[in-house]
Amino acid sequence: MVTIASTVNGRSTPGIFRKLRSRRYAAYWMVLPLVILIAGLVVYPFVYSVWLSFENKAETKFVGWQNYKRLLKYDTFWLVTGNSFRFTLTAVFFKATLGLILALILNNLPMRGQRLWRGVSLIPWVMPLALSSMGWWWIFEPTHSAINWIIVQLGGTNKPWLSEPYWARAACIVTNIWYGTPFFMIMYLAGLKSIPESLYEAAQIDGATALQRFKYVTFPMLSKLISITVMFSTIVTFANFDIVRILTRGGPRYTTHLFGTYAFSIGIDGGHLPRGSAVALFMLPVLAVAAFIILRNIARGEE
Amino acid sequence: MAKITRRQFMKGMVAGSAAVAGTMSAPGIVRKAFTAKPSLNIALWNHWIPGAADVHTAIIKDWAAKNNIEVKIDLIGPQVRDIRTIASAESRAGTGHDIMALGPFDSWSFYKQCEPLNDVADFLEKKYGKFDSLGTYLSYSQEDKAWYALPAPIGSHSYPMVSRIDYFKKHAGIDLVDIFPADVGKRDKAKVDAWTYDVFMEAAKKLHAAGFPFGGAIAETSDGMDWLGPLLLSFGSQPMDREGNITIESDGTLAGLEYLKELTQYMPKEIYGWDDASNNRWIISGKGSCIQNPPSAWSVAKRTQPENAAQMWHHDTPKGPNGRFRGALFYNFILWDWCKEKKAAKDLLIYLLEKPQQYKMLEAGQGYDMPQLKPMYDNPVWEKEGPPPGGIYNYVIRGDEQLVVGGYPAHPLAGNAIYSQSILAVMVAKATTGEMTPKDAMKWCAQELEMVTG
Repeated sequence: MVTIASTVNGRSTPGIFRKLRSRRYAAYWMVLPLVILIAGLVVYPFVYSVWLSFENKAETKFVGWQNYKRLLKYDTFWLVTGNSFRFTLTAVFFKATLGLILALILNNLPMRGQRLWRGVSLIPWVMPLALSSMGWWWIFEPTHSAINWIIVQLGGTNKPWLSEPYWARAACIVTNIWYGTPFFMIMYLAGLKSIPESLYEAAQIDGATALQRFKYVTFPMLSKLISITVMFSTIVTFANFDIVRILTRGGPRYTTHLFGTYAFSIGIDGGHLPRGSAVALFMLPVLAVAAFIILRNIARGEE
Repeated sequence: MAKITRRQFMKGMVAGSAAVAGTMSAPGIVRKAFTAKPSLNIALWNHWIPGAADVHTAIIKDWAAKNNIEVKIDLIGPQVRDIRTIASAESRAGTGHDIMALGPFDSWSFYKQCEPLNDVADFLEKKYGKFDSLGTYLSYSQEDKAWYALPAPIGSHSYPMVSRIDYFKKHAGIDLVDIFPADVGKRDKAKVDAWTYDVFMEAAKKLHAAGFPFGGAIAETSDGMDWLGPLLLSFGSQPMDREGNITIESDGTLAGLEYLKELTQYMPKEIYGWDDASNNRWIISGKGSCIQNPPSAWSVAKRTQPENAAQMWHHDTPKGPNGRFRGALFYNFILWDWCKEKKAAKDLLIYLLEKPQQYKMLEAGQGYDMPQLKPMYDNPVWEKEGPPPGGIYNYVIRGDEQLVVGGYPAHPLAGNAIYSQSILAVMVAKATTGEMTPKDAMKWCAQELEMVTG
């Protein structure tokens, strides 16, 4: 191999260093800190948790797929799987629907009022989730709930919001909808702003009703954004932790545990980190599919 | 009991480490040892009683000043989970504090990195007698014959019954102050023996009918395990033995579940969603006649609802066919193996657990903290706190109760998972809500316990 050397300040510099200092490689140097950060905070923990999931409880022996196999035979694991899908699908559906309705309403408000309402409706999303979950817990608290107080004042009877599976699940979903709807709203609002006014004018000239304008102009123009937003929200919702941890701690009778909270319960609380990692990694296929769809949609959009 | 002072103990340790000191005779090492002030980094549980943590800190600083040691104290909590999470991170990193106060079971997650404290525990037991059996269960490894942790008074607490004197007298015809007076010498054994779960059931029915039910969480929360675990044990139900054999499917469990199925008919329906503070609010509000709790509910009531606090009496749990058990959460200290000042750290631990210091800490905690050495029960704090006068006298064990933790007698490594995942509480919830029959709930529990073992 021939080493090309040059002289800098009277000292010879090997060609490879000269090359690395060239403008061509500047971009690589600039992204390097980020790459190191991601490798340290994302890649390493991920690889480590995969490795951990193949170990025994004491982390002294490689046990292969045993943690995964045992989970699959376990009733509570399937209960948690069902909970996670139910929670995600219901919450995302309502967030997407309400977000779209809110965006359409806001888009039709006069500009001055629109700014105010846009700001107000973003509050749930801007507020730290743990804090807002605490607020919702106060509203749903089993014995002294604020909502029950109102119901009783109106002549109704107490509802055991966090004590019965149906209501506890509903409470978790409502909290998630409250928190996540503004995200959909703001994304859709941005999408609505980018639809050319001429399309609506043309539709109006053709005699299209408001519903037809939505069906044939607004919705098709937003469809890509809707699918990306829905998939993105699916990932975040599926991996939710805070709401359940604060509102129900997985109860009653484990009926609100999600993969995230259940992994924490087994891994950190119960001291079985390998099995906790295995539970958490069961999220991977779902999240991977969602991520794949998002990336594919983005790629198509670029085309 | 042998009279050994802490100084004598330290002299013994110094003599024992003479060989090690000999290796430090190289001039460089000696110079370094004399110039750098030894230091200890301590994580203490941040007591929820105002001012208590200040007293703990002052005791440690006082010791540090006398011994020319630098100490850094971090107060963490009062959520014990916060310390557990930090300990978990330090365990992975292999560095951090030298001494940590941990919650029940937590030391077992890191016992391989804990310095055995046999010399410290032996010294204290020789001086004050044996630690409570629960403290030993949570801190001592029978397999390795090693104290990987040291039973600590700060934060340790138990779950006696906290009952309304007036409601019990008026609606159930039971005089609790007469059965459990604030003077152990005045206890009538026959009356205490008659305080059984059958009697309690009758009382619960009457109190429910009067509109003041008994309340206890049957949910994924530690309070649930703290009253249900001992109750099931008093019917002869044990989840698992120390060797890991699952023993939950038993006549004792069935009897306990049938009992609870009936008892829950006279309890509020919200208990399946309660958290650790719900039962406190239940009795403080005056809606409830009885809960099982440390004196924290009473302590808060003293400030917010003094008329209700004045009616709260802490007393023994009922007796079941298998005995009388009370739930307790015992904290402990660990000394990480990476500590460079082990000798000083052990000296500090002894200092903290000696009677004068424990007395100060118990008083600062206003009677909330539960000592794990019987001679400390003499502290007058439980007698003098009130109103009602003597209301928390029976908070420490005065009779035949055995302190246990939900998950006992399983090996603490399994017990930790049983406790923290509230497995017994969920089994009870399944059986008492009608989701499963008691037999099916036992089978479900057995499957959960299998997952805990391996």
